[in-house]
Parts: sequence; C-alpha cells; structure tokens
Amino acid sequence: MKARDLTDLALRNLHEAILRNALTTLGVAVGVASLVAMLSLGVGLQQMASKRLSQSGLFDTIFVTPKNNFRGMGRPQREVVSDKPPRPLDEEARKELEKLPNVIEVYPQIRFFTEVRYNNKPFGTVVAGMPDSSRNSGAFDGMQGTFFSSTSANEAILQIEFAKDLADKPASLLGQNLTLRYAERQAIPTAGIDAVGDAAAGGFSVIPKELQLKIIGIVETEPAAGYGGYGNARLLMPLQTASTLRAAQVNDLRDILRGNSDNKPSYSSLSVRAKSPSQVEKLEASIKGMGFNAFSLLDASKSLQTFFRVFDSLLGIFGSLALAVATLGIVNTLVMAILERRREIGVLKALGAADTDVQKLFFVEAGVMGFLGGILGVALGWLLGRVITFGTNVYLHRQNLNPIDLSSVPGWLMVGGLIFAVIVSLAAGLYPASRAAKLNPIDALRYE
Amino acid sequence: MPDLPPAVQLLRVSRHYSMGESSVRAVDDVSLTVPPGAFLALLGSSGSGKSTLLNLIAGLDRPTSGTIQAHGQNLFSLSSLELARYRRNTVGMIFQSFNLLPRMTLEENIELPLRLAEVDRPERAVRVRDALSRVRLLHRIGHRPTELSGGEQQRVAIARALVNRPKILLADEPTGNLDSATGEAILTLLRELQEAMGMTIIMVTHERPLAERFADHLATMGDGKLLSVASAEKSVPQ
Repeated sequence: MKARDLTDLALRNLHEAILRNALTTLGVAVGVASLVAMLSLGVGLQQMASKRLSQSGLFDTIFVTPKNNFRGMGRPQREVVSDKPPRPLDEEARKELEKLPNVIEVYPQIRFFTEVRYNNKPFGTVVAGMPDSSRNSGAFDGMQGTFFSSTSANEAILQIEFAKDLADKPASLLGQNLTLRYAERQAIPTAGIDAVGDAAAGGFSVIPKELQLKIIGIVETEPAAGYGGYGNARLLMPLQTASTLRAAQVNDLRDILRGNSDNKPSYSSLSVRAKSPSQVEKLEASIKGMGFNAFSLLDASKSLQTFFRVFDSLLGIFGSLALAVATLGIVNTLVMAILERRREIGVLKALGAADTDVQKLFFVEAGVMGFLGGILGVALGWLLGRVITFGTNVYLHRQNLNPIDLSSVPGWLMVGGLIFAVIVSLAAGLYPASRAAKLNPIDALRYE
Repeated sequence: MPDLPPAVQLLRVSRHYSMGESSVRAVDDVSLTVPPGAFLALLGSSGSGKSTLLNLIAGLDRPTSGTIQAHGQNLFSLSSLELARYRRNTVGMIFQSFNLLPRMTLEENIELPLRLAEVDRPERAVRVRDALSRVRLLHRIGHRPTELSGGEQQRVAIARALVNRPKILLADEPTGNLDSATGEAILTLLRELQEAMGMTIIMVTHERPLAERFADHLATMGDGKLLSVASAEKSVPQ
C-alpha cells in the first residue's frame, strides 16, 4: 500500500476510537513533556552557568606572566632554565599579543595593596583596575549605583564587604568621595650611564600620592577575585585611571633586580581575552611560544561541561520514566485495537493485504500517536519549564534576589523530543504490529 | 467439461487439522478441475469441508498435501507475499456476512482492494463508480453499509470483489443471510456480471435448488471428500 493510503487509513482508524487514542496520545505527551521539562531545566541551568562564566571572562581569558627563570625560590623547577634573561612583559609585548588572531583585548592586571581614607579613617585594601569590557561581565548585574562613567573617570566601585567596613549603611556611600593613598613609582635618572648607554644600573623612587575617587557603585559579587596570591580586590576603578597612577606593584622590585627599572613600564601580568573559549587552547600555545607563561581556566570549564552532561543525563533518565509508562499505554491501546479490529484485519487480508501491509498500518498508527504526542509534549514541556521558572522567580523576588531564566528549550531539544517520542512509539508498536500481521485471516474472518 | 486450460485445478488436495491428539481431515484427497468462465456450486452439509476448500482456492490457507493451480499459478509454491498478490489480483471474495467495514462509506469500502493494489487515485474513482453502477447502487455511493439492506450490502460486497477485475470470484454462502427473493436477485446479478465480465465463479452453498438454477456445475462434498461433480442438469457419482 502507498504511504499516503497507509497514513489515511491509520488516521481514520485512530479517529474511530478517538477518546482512547486521544488519551494514549496525551500519555505520550505527558511523558515527552516530563522529559523536555527536565532537560530544559538542565539546559537552562547549564546556559545560566556558562553565560555567567563566559561573561566573567574566566574561561575566555589567558593570564600571561613573564617567564620566571629564578632558580630556587623554594619551589622545584618544572622546566629547563635558560641562561638568557626572560622576555619582559612590556608594552611592546602587549601590542604583539594584541595582534594574535582571535584576540579581543589585552589589558594589564593592575592590582596593588594600598590605603584608603574615608572620614579621615584609614582602611587597607587591594585596588584593581577594571577594563571597560567587564561592564558586561555579569558580575556587575544587580549592583547598587552605576558602572564607571568613562574609562578614565576618577570613580570607584566598592565590594560590599569593604563598603560595610567604611559605613554601617553601604548605600549611604554612593556619591561620597574617598581618598586613595598610593605609592607612585618614579624612575631615578641614572647618574653614571656607561659608554654603551646601559641603564641597567638605575632604580626608582616611591612617592606617596593621593587621589580623590567618587564612590559610584557597590557590588555584591567579587568581580576581581585574586589569582596567585594577589588577593581579592575590594576597590575597583577604571583600568585606564589605575594605569596612569603608576602605582608601585609587586613586580617592581623584581624589575630592579633584573635591571628593568627604567621608564619602560613592564607588567606583572596581562590578561588576553579570546573571542571564544574554544580558541583559548590554541592561543595559549601561541603565547607560550612567544616566551611567556600562560594559563587559563579551560580545564575547569571542561570539568563543568562534563558535570552538566552527567546532570542532563540523569534528568533525562528521570524524565524518560513517564515516557516509558506512556509506551505501555501505546502497547495496550494497539493490542485492544487488534482485538476490536480482528475481523477487519481478516477482510483486509482476504482482499489482498500482505502481512507487511497490516504491520505497517499498526506501525503508522503508533507513529502518528507518537508524533502528535511529541508535538503536544514539547509544547507542554516548554510550558512546564516556564511555570517552574515563574514559580522560582516569585520565590527569588520574595527573597530580594534577581530573577533567573531557569529553563531553556533550544531547537535541538524540541526536535530531539519529537523524534524520541516517534521512535519510542514505533518501538511500542512493534509487538502489536507483528501480532496483527500474524493473524490467521480465516480465524479473523470468523471472529464475531 | 470443455477442453480449455482450467481456471482452477486441484490435485489430491488435503487439509488436515490437529485437534489435541486427533487429526481432523477437513478436506481429504480432493481433485477437481474448474474450466474458465464456469459457475461451479460447491454443495454439502455443514462441516463437509466446502468452505475450507474455498479458502484453499482463495489462498487464505495452505493445503497439507496436494497441489492447487489457479490460472497457471501453483498456490503451494507461492510465498506469503505472492499469495497476497494472488488474492489481490486474481481472485475476488464475497462472504455470507458481507464483511463490509461499517465506518467506511460504500465508495471507501470498494476502494480498499484498489488501495492495496496501489492503483492511482483518479483511476480508483472511475473504477469504484463503474463497480457500483454494475450492482446498481451508484446513487448510494456516499452511504455507509449500515444504512443499506442485507441485499444491498451483498451487492456492495460483490462490487468490492469485482473492482480489481478478478479472473475468479469466490463466494462463501452469498445468500446465507438473505431471504429467498433477495438471494435469488443476488445470484441473478452474479450471473449477469459473469456474462458481462467472463470470470469464473465458485460458490459455496447449501441451497441446492438455487445452485441448480444458477450454476453450470455442481460439486458435492461430504466429510471432506468430493462426492460428486456434475453439470447442473444431471448429478453423477465420482
């Protein structure tokens, strides 16, 4: 029989016992909805986590430091040390890094411990310069106040814990000024430049300076969590403003020892931001090839992906349980249909239907129930995810927390849910279809 | 019987069933030749094996032993798929209880064999109307079987059996559920159609007077054996 005629007959048969078949289809829909809703929560959570991590710059950022060729330092040497001096991480290197393919931006890690005066009281903290791109990092979502008005503004955003140290009511700090006291590094002109003009004998002096900063925001997250002992920064300021301070940093002493204390600034570390986390690995290798140390948190990202895959699988298994029950419903419905349509099957065979025609007819009926159940199920699953998200957000709102998008039904989940429903329904139709095909036509025609 | 290649030829055909320890010989060593264009009535009491023999000729069942040739095809050697094709293209069947599908209209019922034979839609419509015209029920094309009388339903069943233009029409007690006048009308119609279309008819019946009036040949069965074959005028023992 032609496919169109098979489908036509199957639809007609399904319409005949419309209530029973509709209930069976609804069973499939509930099963698919449960599966889709579960997976949508898994996908939603994964997307939420990935978005936050991606926005934070942790997974698309490579941290570049000069190669450390100091022997000893109480740590075992992991690589063969060269006698050549390590390549300085200076402006020239920064420009070279910027030219690498798939690099969005390269900015220095400016971070220094200093003293802040507020209401004439001193407070010690770590200050960090934030690039303008961190505006979209997600770390500043829900902050009190605003982000920096410009890249060179004399403005500060305080981390909430530090703000609490300054005032009992952190919100009252907004619009207030504080004084940043820092040590400015000034190069000492070399007194005795030798014949070859070697400036290596120079050094720098440290001049105490002050800068007024206007507090424009208070943030609850830690946008500048520390790496490798730099400590968490609690006072954030525009990167450009921070870099013009020429504040003495931890690497300055090392630069003197290496004879690099002239006016050419060198960075203790640079952050190289890639276009996407997938390009980080290749970029990291290129940077290492340039003679710098480079590391990223890509490995942590991979572990996270593995975690979510396992998490999604578990959700999928739980979601599939309802679909498994629905499968039994399909088997039951089709076996009942065989009993009811026994005589009809006999007539079809007497008129020339082959066993395979009868088998296909029941198969198509199962497939149609799966297809319709799948469509309805995907829609119900999406709705269920929305309802859960809505309920969660109502709860979060009551807890004074920001709303989240807990569930997500991407295209692949819709199509996958539908295909899965059809496959499962066809599998459920295997036994009834085979049983119908094997019916003896003479017995079937005698059946009352 | 005329000296033409037979429409159906049975050679020592048996069909035995196992019922627990014992074996039932529903058809026992039957040999029979039906010439093309003949109208053969298979007579016999209930349980004589005539319906079993008809099912064997229809390809709905397979013999335990013996061979059945129908228009050159040895049914014994056909696969299940080939047998289905044989039922679709070579034979048409009508039953005592009509066996029309109640949820379908007359048009859809008659169209079923054409769907199975994968005939194109436009061609199907023409053939369905032609078949319904032949049984004089074209005006009821959109009706359902339950809206028709018994005689009309049997006429629809005849139209369905003939729509694929079979060479052999097999009728299993076609008048069994009808009053005598309607039964006679059905057999008159069958005779007319046979003359118009030239097919062979094998009809199972237990109504000897009707068989004698309409059939060319009478075959009588008893206890699974063929007792006699005769022309309608004179019955002779085998």
